[in-house]
Amino acid sequence: MAKITWKTEDGKEISADVKDGLNLMEAAIANDVPDVDGDCGGCLSCATCHVFVDEAWLERTGEVDDIEDTMLEMTDVERRDNSRLSCQLIASPELDGLVLHVPAP
Amino acid sequence: MPKPIVIVGAGQAAASFVSRHKALANKGIGNNEPLILIGEEPVPPYQRPPLSKAYMSGDLERDRLFIRPTQWYSEQNITTYFNTRVDSIDPQLRKLKTSDGQTIDYGKLILCTGSSPLSLPTRMGGDLAGVFTLRNIADAEAMAPELVLGRKLLIVGGGYIGLEAAAVARKFGLDVTVIEMAERILQRVAAPQTSDFFRMLHQQHDVDVRESTQLVRLTQKSDGLNSRVDGAELANGEQLEADLVLVGIGGRPNIKLADQSGLDCENGIAVNQICQTSNPDIFSAGDCASFMRNGQRIRLESVQNAADQGDLVARVIAGEAVTYDPLPWFWSDQYDCKLQIAGLNMGYTQTVIRPGSKPGGQSVWYYAQDKLLAVDAMNDTMAYALGRKMIGAGLHPSPDLIADPAIDLKTVSKK
Ligand SMILES: Cc1cc2nc3c(=O)[nH]c(=O)nc-3n(C[C@H](O)[C@H](O)[C@H](O)COP(=O)(O)OP(=O)(O)OC[C@H]3O[C@@H](n4cnc5c(N)ncnc54)[C@H](O)[C@@H]3O)c2cc1C
Ligand code: FES
Repeated sequence: MAKITWKTEDGKEISADVKDGLNLMEAAIANDVPDVDGDCGGCLSCATCHVFVDEAWLERTGEVDDIEDTMLEMTDVERRDNSRLSCQLIASPELDGLVLHVPAP
Repeated sequence: MPKPIVIVGAGQAAASFVSRHKALANKGIGNNEPLILIGEEPVPPYQRPPLSKAYMSGDLERDRLFIRPTQWYSEQNITTYFNTRVDSIDPQLRKLKTSDGQTIDYGKLILCTGSSPLSLPTRMGGDLAGVFTLRNIADAEAMAPELVLGRKLLIVGGGYIGLEAAAVARKFGLDVTVIEMAERILQRVAAPQTSDFFRMLHQQHDVDVRESTQLVRLTQKSDGLNSRVDGAELANGEQLEADLVLVGIGGRPNIKLADQSGLDCENGIAVNQICQTSNPDIFSAGDCASFMRNGQRIRLESVQNAADQGDLVARVIAGEAVTYDPLPWFWSDQYDCKLQIAGLNMGYTQTVIRPGSKPGGQSVWYYAQDKLLAVDAMNDTMAYALGRKMIGAGLHPSPDLIADPAIDLKTVSKK
């Protein structure tokens, strides 16, 4: 279980306990987080699950691999250094407390 | 209070429309019109792709099909009527009638009616028990109990849905035969190299792939009361045995409502660059809508198209100056192979093949002369991602560069 918090650009905060193993795109949708779409169901085809990882958590979420890195160049809102595709972030105890910022296109 | 926006059809495009409309309204953009979502299926919008993939194979739970949780619609104050069909529209009075006898007024109407699979005519055995098409959850759930070890499945049509179902059925240990009328599977949608790749993949999994093979009719056995499919008669005189049949021969857009209401229809419900039909109060998005691209009126049957058009209509109605100019993408899962497609290969004149960075990977690059149009990437997400990026950026790397495995695509995409 990991407590995940999504912060939207208009200042809303949504927190939820996410079951280990679930990806954070699906968790966002299950918890009504706006602007995380997940059109491809998490198969790295769409880049519609873009989030910014809170700077404090960057070490814990780890490195972005080459493929995700390339897909990140196709997001609606321009990527930053802390961008991730949330379907590639998997809930685990290490991510308990993680804060994600949701870009609004 | 502004008049309601009514969305007809509660699928992928509709879900995208209502999501964007609400997201904009929550930011104070647009007129926050009330939304009424009407869908013929008994359930809220869901993802269809898994129906022939992970849901069919039992690897994805039913709950995870839904695009938004059921309670989301009421939380967002969206009025929903599921299990309800819209039977007629009166564009003059801006009213519509539903199958349960309601008359509903609209300010704006969005037709997201999708498409329906073609079935075989009755005289060819299309109505027999044991013959399926695959579009809805209900279709997938009717077929699921039939996927039993050792049974013989005949798939009519070698398109993506049929081939995906073939892969799932092999996983369950059925004997699978695919018959395709055209010279090769995937002929309508892909180059010969992509067809070759998938033919080989299915043959390696012991699927009997028969191309240039025409069906005369499905045959039946009868025990007096019930008659059920038991095989097929082919144009070459051969008889095939089958315990069940999946017909995957393409679809047609659901345009009946639009047509009856006098909207222009041509290869679908004709829309302009902002997904508006010939009636300015009526928009259309998704599988049912046809739009101009390179001088042709085309339709796309994909999640990308439905989601992007639904999203666009919400923005247009909220007053944003946007037009539809998509970079199409698509995917398919068969066995352990993931196919990802970027761009549209329509009008290609040549293809080049690039070996994948990992074994079993390969990509097919489509060109119109020197212009890069599309990429089919098999087990090579990197090629998909870079291809999509290049197409999006209007880059046209020379076919020689692409074909050379020694060249790093990443450097090409930076030019
Ligand atoms: C088995 C399968 C696998 C697929 N795999 C992929 C894939 O891998 N990748 C991909 O990109 N795309 C895939 N697709 C295509 C994709 O799912 C569709 O393009 C997408 O669902 C289209 O969305 P839509 O909103 O236009 O239509 P739909 O999602 O079909 O929604 C239309 C809805 O409108 C309802 N409706 C129609 N007429 C009326 C009426 N008069 N009144 C009320 N309701 C009405 C219908 O019942 C339906 O629920 C697949 C499709 C299928 C069937
Ligand atoms: S959901 Fe499509 S890339 Fe993450």
